[in-house]
Amino acid sequence: MRVTQGTFSFLPDLTDEQIGRQIDYCLGNGWAVSVEYTDDPHPRNTYWEMFGTPMFDIRDAAGVMTEVNACRKTFPGHYIKVNAFDSTRGRESLRLSFIVGRPAAEPGFSLAREEGPGRSVRYTTRSYATERPEGERY
Amino acid sequence: MNARVDEPYDLEAVYRDSHVGEVLDSLDRELVGLAPVKSRIRDIAALLLIDKLRRAVGLSSGPPALHMSFTGNPGTGKTTVAMRMAEILHRLGYVRKGHLVAVTRDDLVGQYIGHTAPKTREVLKKAMGGVLFIDEAYYLYRPENERDYGQEAIEILLQVMENQRDDLVVILAGYKDRMETFFRSNPGMSSRIAHHIDFPDYTAAELVAIARLMLQQMQYRLSVPADEALREYIEKRRAQPHFANARSIRNALDRARLRQASRLFERKGGSICRQELETIEEPDIRASRVFSANA
Amino acid sequence: MRVLDDSKRAKSGAARYRPGVLKYAQMGYWNPDYSPAATDVLALFRITPQDGVEPEEAAAAVAGESSTATWTVVWTDRLTACDRYRAKAYRVEAVPGSPGQYFAYIAYDLDLFEPGSIANLTASVIGNVFGFKPLKALRLEDMRFPVAYVKTFAGPPTGIVVERERLDKFGRPLLGATVKPKLGLSGKNYGRVVYEALKGGLDFTKDDENINSQPFMHWRDRFLYCMEAVNRAQAATGEVKGTYLNVTAGTMEDMYERAEFAREIGSVIVMIDLVIGYTAIQSMSRWARRNDMILHLHRAGHGTYTRQKTHGVSFRVIAKWMRLAGVDHIHAGTVVGKLEGDPNTVQGFYNVLREGRNALDLQRGIFFEQDWAGLHGVMPVASGGIHAGQMHQLLHYLGEDVVLQFGGGTIGHPMGIAAGAVANRVALEAMVLARNEGRDIWNEGPQILAAAARDCAPLKAALDVWGEVTFNYASTDTPDFVPTPAVA
Repeated sequence: MRVTQGTFSFLPDLTDEQIGRQIDYCLGNGWAVSVEYTDDPHPRNTYWEMFGTPMFDIRDAAGVMTEVNACRKTFPGHYIKVNAFDSTRGRESLRLSFIVGRPAAEPGFSLAREEGPGRSVRYTTRSYATERPEGERY
Repeated sequence: MNARVDEPYDLEAVYRDSHVGEVLDSLDRELVGLAPVKSRIRDIAALLLIDKLRRAVGLSSGPPALHMSFTGNPGTGKTTVAMRMAEILHRLGYVRKGHLVAVTRDDLVGQYIGHTAPKTREVLKKAMGGVLFIDEAYYLYRPENERDYGQEAIEILLQVMENQRDDLVVILAGYKDRMETFFRSNPGMSSRIAHHIDFPDYTAAELVAIARLMLQQMQYRLSVPADEALREYIEKRRAQPHFANARSIRNALDRARLRQASRLFERKGGSICRQELETIEEPDIRASRVFSANA
Repeated sequence: MRVLDDSKRAKSGAARYRPGVLKYAQMGYWNPDYSPAATDVLALFRITPQDGVEPEEAAAAVAGESSTATWTVVWTDRLTACDRYRAKAYRVEAVPGSPGQYFAYIAYDLDLFEPGSIANLTASVIGNVFGFKPLKALRLEDMRFPVAYVKTFAGPPTGIVVERERLDKFGRPLLGATVKPKLGLSGKNYGRVVYEALKGGLDFTKDDENINSQPFMHWRDRFLYCMEAVNRAQAATGEVKGTYLNVTAGTMEDMYERAEFAREIGSVIVMIDLVIGYTAIQSMSRWARRNDMILHLHRAGHGTYTRQKTHGVSFRVIAKWMRLAGVDHIHAGTVVGKLEGDPNTVQGFYNVLREGRNALDLQRGIFFEQDWAGLHGVMPVASGGIHAGQMHQLLHYLGEDVVLQFGGGTIGHPMGIAAGAVANRVALEAMVLARNEGRDIWNEGPQILAAAARDCAPLKAALDVWGEVTFNYASTDTPDFVPTPAVA
């Protein structure tokens, strides 16, 4: 399957050039850009690992792309995403977040059901990958 | 531009559209003297402009070599020219964003193992899309101290200067003799520098002109005897050690302003007219130590 | 011989309180020298006086009847600090291009209102005055709330920023669809539609406003089947998904019961209709805040009083009231869809809902500066007759912080519901990508969609079926202040 988190997951994987243009858009808006990676793609896994801190004061996408490529090289089998942070009052959150790297095979998730009172069911989504320990997942 | 081989190109139009002329003109205005430097800058601008045209036609001579070295004494305009160069490169499309990041060794080199690479990379990230100006670049190379991490920074710079020429232009700067030593010991670095530009010291007359320009910008004027005194001051001062050209002139003028203020303040009583506020008098200059040392 | 016109000047002292009938202006409700205080609540009415009634008198009448007046002088006024409680009509101007209509600006003292109560605010301002005979027609166009009053409300329980963080979705509009057909599906079939749409790529599906609990589908069944669908879709895609479970019911007790059940079975969002009433809406807002639920409001019934320019309440005011009352989503117009909405007016609604501070913008119908004092923004929802082929127009007019709902545009897709969802999602992502790159999506939109359709069969099918559909009718509610070509 294909995990469709992030802003552009329904499009064909972005080329480096397209990624660069999105990063330029973020930098042009004055947003700080960061790179994160994970091997646990559960939808409620909010905290992917940070690959370095968010980058402030960068003028050009090339600077960010070195980090993206360094992350890809270091973690070739992980999910990698690029985030853009907006610090303006009233927002103070992310403005863009899209996946720039995926493992070669994505086994996806299983749905575990626990029957409760009446006809209610408690659900939990479980990632097939996390059945194996960290580092051996993809 | 897929025109026939023999169709003429409007060089004038391309030059105009790039707005490079404005930068060259402002360079002329802002900096006194520096004739050889200015002419070299114009040559480089012309080369890049023609190269741009050639590429448009399909004639390629490989990616242009843009890294430079600026040599000369302090206060001769190296940083200012580097900023203008960044603008020129940006307007001709060789550099994407056109900002200048100015650093010295301390910004690039760390104090312990593993500290240097991230430090250098941080600087490079900020400079990407623009120009990286490394002042007193030779301090990166300290062969006498084997625990010095400057070499690591040099390695990283060499790699970026070679492989990411589209992303970054590097300008190294410093004293001429020390830069020459640096290049001799680092042939890799030397081979990546395309343009060496030397910034000669200002002549006395040029320094006087600089002083006048500075005073004008600060909205002061010199009395006639003060002007004469300033001339003499400059002649004497530049012969002395640690002369930093324009910077030294700037300092001297600041001291003169201080003396003028004290002089006016000490007078007490009576009103001060606008002319007096504006004018630097001869004693304000003559009070300098430079005059009391025996010639 | 000079005739002194006494009719517009306020009387004072004993003359004011002699028994009898005075004109409202004489009673003190017309006050052209009054400068509104920063703590006053301000209202802008569009008045159409009956023939023979002066506009200042009509404005004063509106001020009077929406505050302390009655049709004849009463001595008991003098037991109160009546000057304070009287609303003041302080400005009247003719509406450009509409003879017989006037804008009347009225200021209300803060003490007239109970803190934190929309019911009281509306009872005060519109409760009494709209049936008034001296006016042919009356419309409440806009209101300004002082920060002191805004702060008495908790506002949207979630807000745009927190909603996005909970869904972990940034940088693009959210996508939804109302389950169709509107009525008649059984619970199991209903859940199927939800599953297909969410699995296909939408973020939300929606109960329609009149899906409450009917013979064809009991609410508990619907909720259970919907959550099965939502969780299946979440596992299939790895994304956080939701469906707006409509908890509207006949009584508050029933509503709380339904909302509690929704929470128990793990929904992230519940939905209510405008027709439950302002007090109920505030109660539900409070509940939602306590239970970390996103609260979606369907503006059911608003069209009865918001649509005609001359009479009623502008949706702009409803939007402001709802932001104060505290909802997270509100339907606010599509511009290009099947329901009423002129581009400028709709953008005005969106700004009122989303911005932290509204600037004066007559072209978009915003008549007052409004500081929202940190109240969260409300996510506008665009729903009604829109399809993937309009994605560039939607993004252009409505921006990024919006839920785009394609009910028919998903479920009516020739290749099936999931394919319809895919088409909408691909169209949207491609359009956002292009916009970020700096392309001119307004003009190149169709090409961008066509290019994306080359890699996406569902999108190609959607464009083939609906590409030509538009809803071009003259809008009934347009702004009065649009720059003319000569001026612009």
